[in-house]
Amino acid sequence: MKTVSVAEAVSLIPNGATLMIGGFMGVGTPERLIDELVRQGKRNLTVIANDTAAPGRGIGKLVDAGLVGRTVASHIGLNPETQKQMIAGKMAVDLIPQGTLIERIRAGGHGLGGVLTPTGVGTIVEEGKQKVQVNGKTYLVETALHAQFALIGAFLADYLGNLSYALTARNFNPVIAMAADTTIVTAEHIVPVGLIAPDHVVTPAPLVDYLVTNG
Amino acid sequence: MDAQTIIAKRIAQELRSGMLVNLGIGIPTMVANFVPETVKVFFQSENGLIGTGPIPEQGMGHRLLTDAGGQPVTALPGASTFDSATSFGLIRGGHVDITVLGALQIDAHGLLANWMIPGKMVPGMGGAMDLVTGAKRVIIAMQHTAKGKPKIVNKCTLPLTAERPVDLVVSELAVIGFPDGRATLLETAPGVTVEQVTAATEAKLAVADRISEMRL
Repeated sequence: MKTVSVAEAVSLIPNGATLMIGGFMGVGTPERLIDELVRQGKRNLTVIANDTAAPGRGIGKLVDAGLVGRTVASHIGLNPETQKQMIAGKMAVDLIPQGTLIERIRAGGHGLGGVLTPTGVGTIVEEGKQKVQVNGKTYLVETALHAQFALIGAFLADYLGNLSYALTARNFNPVIAMAADTTIVTAEHIVPVGLIAPDHVVTPAPLVDYLVTNG
Repeated sequence: MDAQTIIAKRIAQELRSGMLVNLGIGIPTMVANFVPETVKVFFQSENGLIGTGPIPEQGMGHRLLTDAGGQPVTALPGASTFDSATSFGLIRGGHVDITVLGALQIDAHGLLANWMIPGKMVPGMGGAMDLVTGAKRVIIAMQHTAKGKPKIVNKCTLPLTAERPVDLVVSELAVIGFPDGRATLLETAPGVTVEQVTAATEAKLAVADRISEMRL
């Protein structure tokens, strides 16, 4: 694990990169990394996340700045700007059931080729997908998702990179932390090793590549 | 009593102590306001919380404690938080006892369309498909008609949410179940006749042997 400034962290990310970004309606989203992506003007990004928050908030800031070429999300209904760019053909949007999206990411991080889910069977979600029967029940084969970068918003990080999360800001964060080539973390508080008890570490330090310094 | 209150109050009667319950946005959210104090249920927010409490009083909210719409909530004693994979494991895995959701259309067999209107409204399905697929019981809270047009139709023209039918529909006019896979009128709201309900319903309604009046 390396500690870096927010500018150094974002300079690692090329235009056209695929990013998994933590957060649910902006809660748990690493806002400082988002702001820096906007400042450095990284373009044509593919964003894999639960949602695109709202204009001016979280991932919504990337959308506002026109930096997102493709969104893979479960819900964009609270961001009219995302919908506008989708309808105008400026942004491709793949909408995926939330439970399927997080499982595809989990599969990507856990060395699985995908998951079998009953969600979406008999709906337009099944179009183009392989269906299998297991013990008489029909499932869709949903393939694993990977990204080049995972951008994590943690609550506590210790000097080694062990992470814990607060309240509903956990959401996608610990799952995406395992599914990307490079994991970059911002934390509200960076604390000495040992202050996060082993039982309270949610993301173990070896998963973290870069910790953005505070201050 | 307005339509939304009738619906929310009636659905609240379906909740029992100890149940894990997930409420959708809109009228479903109002159900929590009508749960008697003696009934202790666990409300889940799919962003990763069991034990969701009411909206905090001014100045008592925490920016990292929100509901699935991103709005501040409180957490009750005994609450727990978890990641999204666990949250949807709870939902898809059959651990949620009741989910209450809105609807755009319901067909004669209880199939639900509630997530998109092609060309008009494409917000994404969020958690709706997982909830309808996995919850033990799916209850629909909805106004009986939209702009005068029936929402309980012969066949949904909008994209379906799941292949699994809903269990109960509660509107301001009636309670409708699907025993044997057929839309069946079970209860009418006070002052509402069976004829009024069938006139506002496109699908052919079976009528239960004993129709009761909603107790509100």
